[in-house]
Amino acid sequence: MKLYDTDLTSRLLLGTAQYPSPSVLLDAIKASATQVITVSLRREMPQGSAGGFYRLLQEANCHILPNTAGCHSASEAITTAKMARDLFETDWIKLEVIGQSDMLAPDVFELVEAAKILAKDGFKVFPYTTDDLSVGERLLDAGCDVLMPWGAPIGSGQGLRNPDRLRAMRAHFPNTPLIVDAGIGRPSDAIQAMELGMDAVLLNTAVAKAGNPVEMARAMSMAVRAGRMGYLADPMERRDMAVPSTPVFGLAELS
Amino acid sequence: MISIAGAGVAGLSCAAELCRRGVQVEVFDIGSGPQDNKSSWFAGGMLAPHCEGETAHGDVIALSQGAAAWWSQVTQVTQNGSLVVAPPRDRAELTQFAKRTTGHRLIDGEAIALLEPCFAGQFSRALFYESEAHLNPRQALFDLCAYVQSHGGRVHYNTAAPKRVDVDCRGYGDHLPDLRPVRGEMALIESSELNITRVVRLLHPRIPFYLVPRGHGVYMIGATMIESPSMRPISVRSLLDLLAGASVLHPSLGEATVIETGVGLRPAFSDNRPTVIQKDGCFHVNGLYRHGFLLAPALARLLADQFSPIFKQETGDENNRKFHPA
Repeated sequence: MKLYDTDLTSRLLLGTAQYPSPSVLLDAIKASATQVITVSLRREMPQGSAGGFYRLLQEANCHILPNTAGCHSASEAITTAKMARDLFETDWIKLEVIGQSDMLAPDVFELVEAAKILAKDGFKVFPYTTDDLSVGERLLDAGCDVLMPWGAPIGSGQGLRNPDRLRAMRAHFPNTPLIVDAGIGRPSDAIQAMELGMDAVLLNTAVAKAGNPVEMARAMSMAVRAGRMGYLADPMERRDMAVPSTPVFGLAELS
Repeated sequence: MISIAGAGVAGLSCAAELCRRGVQVEVFDIGSGPQDNKSSWFAGGMLAPHCEGETAHGDVIALSQGAAAWWSQVTQVTQNGSLVVAPPRDRAELTQFAKRTTGHRLIDGEAIALLEPCFAGQFSRALFYESEAHLNPRQALFDLCAYVQSHGGRVHYNTAAPKRVDVDCRGYGDHLPDLRPVRGEMALIESSELNITRVVRLLHPRIPFYLVPRGHGVYMIGATMIESPSMRPISVRSLLDLLAGASVLHPSLGEATVIETGVGLRPAFSDNRPTVIQKDGCFHVNGLYRHGFLLAPALARLLADQFSPIFKQETGDENNRKFHPA
């Protein structure tokens, strides 16, 4: 999988918030075999320098995808993105502009606006968006090469609420990397996303808040691989009539 | 004479435990009094091993055994248990919290009203952790100090520790590798309308919130956990979250007065477990994270075992030993 100019073998992107401890987080990262971790910048920002937590994250040896979690306007998100670029020395940014705080739904208008400005400034923008096709179009026009549609509200663990829309996105954007971001709760949700032909899955709470985050990270890693393999293997179509799977040519001729 | 750097909850608890065993101690602190040990001064003072077990390592729960009894010898401990509630739409949080903790029973609205009459009609179910307790951390620091002094120990405020000390309890001020600061913000509110007598935790998917009664209508509400070394005063967003939590817990708290806010840096190792490390002849008692008052007694005992007559033999490199308290 190629995200902007970077080749990746793992199709699981992992968030780094809410783990019981940083060492559990590091173990989960290892178990997940992820190559990209997201880091929330907004509240945890030390003044100027990176704190102990950030040093720990660098030990993980992954690409860091800073995010603008908690931003409610294009201008806030742009400021945060620039801080992130300085701090992590990366032009990747997961662009999140929240419009509605109960559902943490993206504000797609501000999102497109921020994406335009950031892309022009040289950022490689990973926009957290809805499954709306026209918003996806606008984001590509704004300069995004990747789309990250939600599966369900952030942190809700509800799984894919509208798989048909994601299928439509896949059909509509055949050559754009699509990453389901948010809503995954269980390994089966990740498998479903991958079977729909999504390129990758980004999740955080499903692992961080599991009773055993490290085991869940491993399970998610296997699920993403299984789902991808299933998609590539071209699954059979569903049909209504049962068909015996016993070979016919071995049966006795009774006439 | 054992010298101890740092007069926060870790340093004073170590001093008190050593004094209790008849060892002479001297404590040094650059602050002018207990109020300058921010992490301890602004702590919640919950002795709630079961509730903490939701996310804490198993060590923390094991080490918490006997904490309330230890504190009772030094300061006033309120043994009222703690109550965990959730707003009706977040009932799933209560189910998950129950699944991941022990020492609780599910009680209904009537039972809640018997425990805390002001919550009558407010919540229809709660988890009750009967064996848990709480104390007032500020009073506890003064009481620890008095306990040490009455046992012949000395506590020097406004005094930097000598270059070489036997025990270092300066928290994040002791620059150990792998130690990081976790910023915590809290507020004190005062309400003459309500009389809540035990720790109450409100489960919320976004803002885990707790309230600790301090008596005379004063309640501590907390606390954020932010990976940052910043000591700037509480942010608007954090304060909004805490106050929103308070008014969800009880509408009358919307009328309470905010009398103080505070910020401290909790010292934590990357596994969030406390440790006693022996390094170049000095014992470092550190990494108590958000469990200072809960874990200090166990760490103090572990430390005192190194000096008191019943010295515990450990194997390993003489100059660099780590005692995992499990």
